Amino acid sequence: MMSNNSYTEIRNGDVPAGLSDIPVVEYDLFYEIVTNMLADERYHCVSYFCHRSGESLKFICCIADDGSGAIRIIGHEKKDDGAPLRSLTASCHAMHIFEREIHEAWGINFEGHPWLKPVRYPHDRVDSLSMMDNYPFYQIEGEELHEVGVGPIHAGVIEPGHFRFICNGEKVLHLEIQLGYQHRGLEKLIREAGGGLRRSLLAEDIAGDTAVGHSLAHAQLIESLAGFEPSLSLQAERCIALELERIAVHIGDTAALCGDVAYQLGQVACEALRTLVINTTQFWCGNRFGKSLVRPGGTNYPLTGEIAGEILKVLEEVDRRFSNVVDCVFSLPSVLGRFEDIGTVTRQQAVSIGAVGMAARTCGVPRDIRATHAFQYFRKIAVAPVMQETGDVLARGMLRALEVKEAIKFIRQLIAGREDSAEKSGRPQYDLKLRPGSIAVSLVEGWRGEICHVALTDGEGRLTRYLVKDPSVHNWMALALAVRNQEISDFPVCNKSFNLSYCGHDL
Amino acid sequence: MMAGLILIVVAALFFPGLILRTKSIASGRKGPGIFQPWKDIAVLFRKGSIFSETSGLIFRIAPSVTLATVTGAMMLLPFAEQKALLSFEGDFIMFAYLLALGRFFTIIAALDTGSSFEGMGASRETLFSMLVEPAFFVLLATFAMFTGYTSFSVIFNHFFITGNDYVLIYSIIGAYLLVQIAMVENSRLPVDDPKTHLELTMIHEVMILDHSGFDKALINMGTYLKFAIYGSLIYNLVVPAGWNVILQTGLFFAVQALFAAVIGFTESFRARNKMNKNPKFILTLSAIALIAFMVILILTEKLA
Repeated sequence: MMSNNSYTEIRNGDVPAGLSDIPVVEYDLFYEIVTNMLADERYHCVSYFCHRSGESLKFICCIADDGSGAIRIIGHEKKDDGAPLRSLTASCHAMHIFEREIHEAWGINFEGHPWLKPVRYPHDRVDSLSMMDNYPFYQIEGEELHEVGVGPIHAGVIEPGHFRFICNGEKVLHLEIQLGYQHRGLEKLIREAGGGLRRSLLAEDIAGDTAVGHSLAHAQLIESLAGFEPSLSLQAERCIALELERIAVHIGDTAALCGDVAYQLGQVACEALRTLVINTTQFWCGNRFGKSLVRPGGTNYPLTGEIAGEILKVLEEVDRRFSNVVDCVFSLPSVLGRFEDIGTVTRQQAVSIGAVGMAARTCGVPRDIRATHAFQYFRKIAVAPVMQETGDVLARGMLRALEVKEAIKFIRQLIAGREDSAEKSGRPQYDLKLRPGSIAVSLVEGWRGEICHVALTDGEGRLTRYLVKDPSVHNWMALALAVRNQEISDFPVCNKSFNLSYCGHDL
Repeated sequence: MMAGLILIVVAALFFPGLILRTKSIASGRKGPGIFQPWKDIAVLFRKGSIFSETSGLIFRIAPSVTLATVTGAMMLLPFAEQKALLSFEGDFIMFAYLLALGRFFTIIAALDTGSSFEGMGASRETLFSMLVEPAFFVLLATFAMFTGYTSFSVIFNHFFITGNDYVLIYSIIGAYLLVQIAMVENSRLPVDDPKTHLELTMIHEVMILDHSGFDKALINMGTYLKFAIYGSLIYNLVVPAGWNVILQTGLFFAVQALFAAVIGFTESFRARNKMNKNPKFILTLSAIALIAFMVILILTEKLA
């Protein structure tokens, strides 16, 4: 932990910072420091929230430094008097979602915020009159324009979300995405869960398709607060599980992309491969999505030689077959015609909205937590982010194919590296004592991108705040930008190419 | 005279199942039984229809009108040397516009629901069917010119006995165009995707989203019959009318099965067109038809 006058520095999943050590500065200075930092692409905000401390509200902003791998924490304080704050969003668009969350939950007005709209309708929101039904949709007047509302029930009955298009004929001028239908109050549930096991169970259900990613972020956070250092073999096992999840979802998404453009062969071939991968996860821990696999302090399912052998065997086959399918899919003219130059997000857009993970890497922005804020066993492996430059559906499809290859390589390294360490990983520990009066930040590169869990503890080591941020929170805006000036009939394939989480956003 | 009619109905029983089975086998699956689509229709017939409050009379009669027009069109098609049930000069125009009338009712029924999805589907369907019409008419005009007659029955009876050596070329071009036109008219790949669940990308499927139960059964029947009707047209183009009737019956089913397999394989191994490419794709069909027409004009020396 490092400190200078205006901020405290911690590292991902490492020793937490004391709450009292966080410098509290005047808002004007805070504004200046944050905008100056975020003007540089090497910094991005991972969390900005507010909590009550006596009569006043304390704001904490965590900014990740991709260059040095540190996370800078800076705070400011204001009286709970309803006075507005100058909005950071106006000069730094990526902050829009954080300020909206704070506005919704605490009633703080941000002056100059261009898009101060509801995010997820928390049960205890300040403005109880703000409802699903009266969401302030952006409107454009015009004789030739028409609105198309899609949802909240998705055509494939996956998850609920409402999409409002403003179209000129077949062309989309504007898309606004209204989410929040699945708000479960997860942060509060985790905070008040009481036991470590219940917390873990809740964490792996934050987004069903990222069970390993979120449960790893959670376990890492709890261990960081408890000062527990996982053994190297446990770290490696967790990374293997994370990469298996990445492989399975990426292959499944490739199948879905083919399905959306009605290319049956690619769809069924990839679906079959995905089954192979998730069945391997099931062979390991009894659950196809890796639920119950990652727990704080240890594991119930140590990776035995038999399981490791099975994983290697299956991956060998998946590697070979998936390469064939990918060659076939991305060389077929009719498929390329549907992917190329569709749903393009420019590099500048990606940076300005703070896109993370895959959505950023497809536009040439090298954001990969495994490389910049290495966690678990990735600290020992050199990770070079897989990149694409064009930012279209094709780039997002290709990125998946390349990342699958890369993940298979990592798993081989991890399994080999794990054998070198003789340490045994113990059973999970659900009664870890958390360090009092602290703040810890845990970042994990899930298959979608950067997952961020933040926890605050009180004087007795109880959780007072638990914050979850799924990568979708940032990337939904990328989808809205991607479909501008596209044909409305290309929206589904754009949507699928991002495959963002509704419940991960809604919490 | 009824033979053509009966054969089309029998072919329609197999047709959708064959497409499904082809697609299943092409994707390494076993697939449902050949008669599954008709079993689904039987289930639908036993169900009631639900109507939205915003829809009116048009929405309720549209499925019946559509099926009626398809049945009407069916009666105009000859088989072997027999005349069709209905046959008169210029009956191919009647054929085209009966099918168009059915589509017109589907479209206004879609508009009747007031849904923005269905409006979008209706607009796409209108555009594409408008574009495919010239291809069909130019093709039939070509045959009329070639044989010198304007009724299906007579055209097909004389098609292979004009003594023109180029008949095989017209037969092949005609069959190719009819397959493509049928794919467009029946909302299959590459123009439309009957399998998709995504309303925003649908053309035909989205227009019939609101129809349920009995009405949906009528619509499905119409669709399957329409396949067999186009199959029968193609058959008439490739098999001379003078051949032995038993051989002809066998060939009729062979052509229909081949047609279904072609659809099934096309849908297995390619992706669908981007929506704004469809007009170009369909206009290409008209262009091919026009070229065939010009060639005939020159060969029959009607164009100096």
